[in-house]
Amino acid sequence: MRYLLILMLSLLPVFAHAGEAKDMAEDPVLEQRMIGLAEKLRCLVCQNESLASSHAELAEDLRREVREQMQKGMTDQEIIDYLVSRYGDFVLYDPPVKTSTLVLWYGPFALLLIGAGVLVYQLRKRRSQIAEPQISAEDSRRAAELLDQTNSPEELNKKDRQA
Amino acid sequence: MIPEIGNFALIVGLFLALTLGVLPIIGAARNNAVLMGVARPLAAGQFVFLGVALLCLTYAFVANDFSVLYVAQHSNTQLPTIYRISAVWGGHEGSLLLWAFLLSVWTLAVALYSKHLPEEMVARVLGVMGLIAVGFLLFMLMTSNPFDRLLPAAADGRDLNPLLQDPGLVIHPPMLYMGYVGFSVAFAFAIAALLGGRMDATWARWSRPWTTVAWVFMTMGIALGSWWAYYELGWGGWWFWDPVENASFMPWLLGTALMHSLAVTEKRNAFKSWTVLLAIAAFSLSLLGTFLVRSGVLTSVHSFAADPKRGIFILTFLVIVIGVSLLLFAWRAPKIGLGGKFDPLSRESLLLSNNVLLSVAAASVFIGTLYPLFMDALGQGKLSVGPPYFEAVFVPLMIPMLLLMGLGPLARWKKVDAPELARRVRWAFGAALVIALLLPLTMGKWSVMVSVGLLLAFWIIASVSLSLRERLAGRDDFMQRLRGQSLSYYGMQLAHLGVAVFIIGVTMVKGYETERDVRMDVGDVLNTGGYEFRFNGVTEEQGPNYVAGKGHVTISKDGKVVTELYPEKRQYNVSGMPMTEAAIDTGLLGDLYVSLGEPIPDSNGAWAVRVYIKPFVDWIWAGCLLMSLGGVLAISDRRYRIHNKRLAEAKTEMPLEEKTA
Amino acid sequence: MMRFILPFVVFVVLAVFLFVGLNLNPREVPSPLVGKSAPAFTLPQLHEPAKQFSPADMKGQVWLLNVWASWCVSCKEEHPVLMELSRRNMVPIYGLDYKDKQADAELWLKKGGDPYVLSVADAEGRIGIDYGVYGVPETYVIDKQGVIQYKQIGPVTPQSLTEKILPLVAELQAK
Repeated sequence: MRYLLILMLSLLPVFAHAGEAKDMAEDPVLEQRMIGLAEKLRCLVCQNESLASSHAELAEDLRREVREQMQKGMTDQEIIDYLVSRYGDFVLYDPPVKTSTLVLWYGPFALLLIGAGVLVYQLRKRRSQIAEPQISAEDSRRAAELLDQTNSPEELNKKDRQA
Repeated sequence: MIPEIGNFALIVGLFLALTLGVLPIIGAARNNAVLMGVARPLAAGQFVFLGVALLCLTYAFVANDFSVLYVAQHSNTQLPTIYRISAVWGGHEGSLLLWAFLLSVWTLAVALYSKHLPEEMVARVLGVMGLIAVGFLLFMLMTSNPFDRLLPAAADGRDLNPLLQDPGLVIHPPMLYMGYVGFSVAFAFAIAALLGGRMDATWARWSRPWTTVAWVFMTMGIALGSWWAYYELGWGGWWFWDPVENASFMPWLLGTALMHSLAVTEKRNAFKSWTVLLAIAAFSLSLLGTFLVRSGVLTSVHSFAADPKRGIFILTFLVIVIGVSLLLFAWRAPKIGLGGKFDPLSRESLLLSNNVLLSVAAASVFIGTLYPLFMDALGQGKLSVGPPYFEAVFVPLMIPMLLLMGLGPLARWKKVDAPELARRVRWAFGAALVIALLLPLTMGKWSVMVSVGLLLAFWIIASVSLSLRERLAGRDDFMQRLRGQSLSYYGMQLAHLGVAVFIIGVTMVKGYETERDVRMDVGDVLNTGGYEFRFNGVTEEQGPNYVAGKGHVTISKDGKVVTELYPEKRQYNVSGMPMTEAAIDTGLLGDLYVSLGEPIPDSNGAWAVRVYIKPFVDWIWAGCLLMSLGGVLAISDRRYRIHNKRLAEAKTEMPLEEKTA
Repeated sequence: MMRFILPFVVFVVLAVFLFVGLNLNPREVPSPLVGKSAPAFTLPQLHEPAKQFSPADMKGQVWLLNVWASWCVSCKEEHPVLMELSRRNMVPIYGLDYKDKQADAELWLKKGGDPYVLSVADAEGRIGIDYGVYGVPETYVIDKQGVIQYKQIGPVTPQSLTEKILPLVAELQAK
């Protein structure tokens, strides 16, 4: 049955007209560029969707607007500037770097530096604070084994106190 | 009648939780065995009554009791039974009930599997969990009771949002909530330890398996949500950096950090105050997520109907829980000892670097998610933070993290000999580099992004292989060596492999996906990516509660039929909402994804059709699955159970009270 | 030790922000056009498509530009308020009929009354985009120099009228 179906389907083009599908957009290259830009823009009326993915009417209008401005030869930046002048920074999913967004853009990297700094500082401080008697690798292995067997919190603490 | 029983069960549950939150904690403070002893029975009671409440609500849904407001809002007589059950957690009130019920499940689990723990520890842990339950039950009874009546009853319900009428959404919320709520166990252990002033490696050993279980659920929950978005939203995206997604991702990141720092604390008795802080933070972010989703302070695709009254309540609850915990931390943490010694370069320090990177990554998601709120509150205007920001900030933070991930498991505890480690890994790294540079060429297009992604993935794979080889190769019996390694070792390696698989998926789909948005008349073909897609038209089909336009697309390669796909465009009867059901041919090397757009007006059955070819996309979720399986392996490690038994035997002889080191 | 109290301090700051955030509306987007010249356009009038209207015609007057549509639900709520305002003859209201059908729009004005001096038809919503319209109804207060001084997002209510719009109009007219 399945094979019959497949056979029929493969014969189908003989009967039906078999055109090559046409792109929805008149100019697929421009459309690609428009979608690429629209992905960075926020649909204003939706809950939280990009202009590229929204089905809202305003989003469709705005896509048309972007497309037309591109056809007029405007650059992406000019189009972004136009939309920002109408709707404010809210339309940008990629907020511009300015004084009020410094924390947003550089905060994480500042935190990384601080975190790394604190870690290094702590590790060095630990080393000077804990003066563990030098024991051989064999000793420490045996100690670990012992610890694992008894597994009492007592043991671990004792070891700490010794340290 | 049944809803009243549910309501009553909720109230009883609240009183049980309140008792659980008070008596055992007092008992632990006064060393009163009777007061401590009530913890376990109360945990069981709370579970039973919240279970009854959940069953009552489920019954109201299955029986189409539209005199219950919540049911009338979220169900309909036409709704198939399975979705009537999942509709229980399809809205704000019911999902809260699920939250509270799952919390009681975790509480019960701790009560059952804690025979080996000191009684005062159990009492405190269960008590803290009881207090959390009090908050949620009060919230539910005061602002969001799922059993509120609607009089007169509605003739029929308003139906469940069609987006949620999907098998993926039946299990995604319970899984995710199990994860969210599961972090409450690690949190409760941390608070119990702070309360008792007893902070040592055993504490870490006890909370480790619980944290891992919660993490496994959360990983699966997030992955399921992402998978659902991929096939249900109709355009093949799988992660959108939406506030609600971020709300689950932040605790996941900190939970991941917590699992690793617990390892340091357990094995080396070190960095205890940091680990405690992480445990508090991971759960705090779970609570914060609840607040963000339910208060309406942020706009999100998935948020529940917002209500400022609810917002105030959760925020107050949040402030009490987190504020008190952090004060307790500030008070007790300075007394926590330093623990074992290790070098600035050691496995310990590598694990802690992992912690720093994961915490900073979580912080970056946090900053990005809440920045619009901060700006607005400061009167600095409105702005949006979306995927471009997160991709620009989060990804660079992950690169060092993934590089270190390859080194960590190869490094020795206490002290790493850097030149020696470099010598060991140089071939592994070299191999990864060569593969990363060459493999993209076979795909026809080379790009830096793809190469970097593949380098990270193959570096992890190579280092996992290296570690396995070092441990398993040798003259003696291979099988014996294979058995000689602990399950938690295999678990870790499997989870790390999962990360590599995940990265491959992300990299390949980002680098090589193709997308076509075409107009197809009946019989039209589209040639793309080496496949031929033939559109055979759309027929109308009647679903249980919707009408669908069912498309038929035949896909062939080199003249041979590969598969037939049936994408649908549904219109749900009650809400009238249109839904796109994509049809996907899933494969190891990639997906063929077809979804229907709109019918073309004034044509002879032509449609707008979207065709995507998504190479390796399923590796994204396969990677998450491997990570979860790794977690499962780790917790099934014999060591935890044997220790449990030994401890139980040893317990009677050991004095329990002691000072911290 | 100070460093152990740090997490608490950070949390308190965060909690204050969250509390403030509860009273903010994340969906309301203030217009960057306030304080800027109203974008120019020339559109056919709704009732007499042969005649055109442009904001430039309004130089020297304070006026309201109200964006409305027959399909817009909250415009129904706003309509009686606008009718009352037009009866009081305090400020001319001009309508921008946004993405509407001519017949529907005329029927709507016939049924509910016409508060507008005149309306223009922005059938494709292009002028709407130029004015940063994202949710109908919206109302702009434009001064004698043609500068937008205020934008009301959502329906004009008696409250917003007495508290904000009318005092502003009076102030601008006095200038």
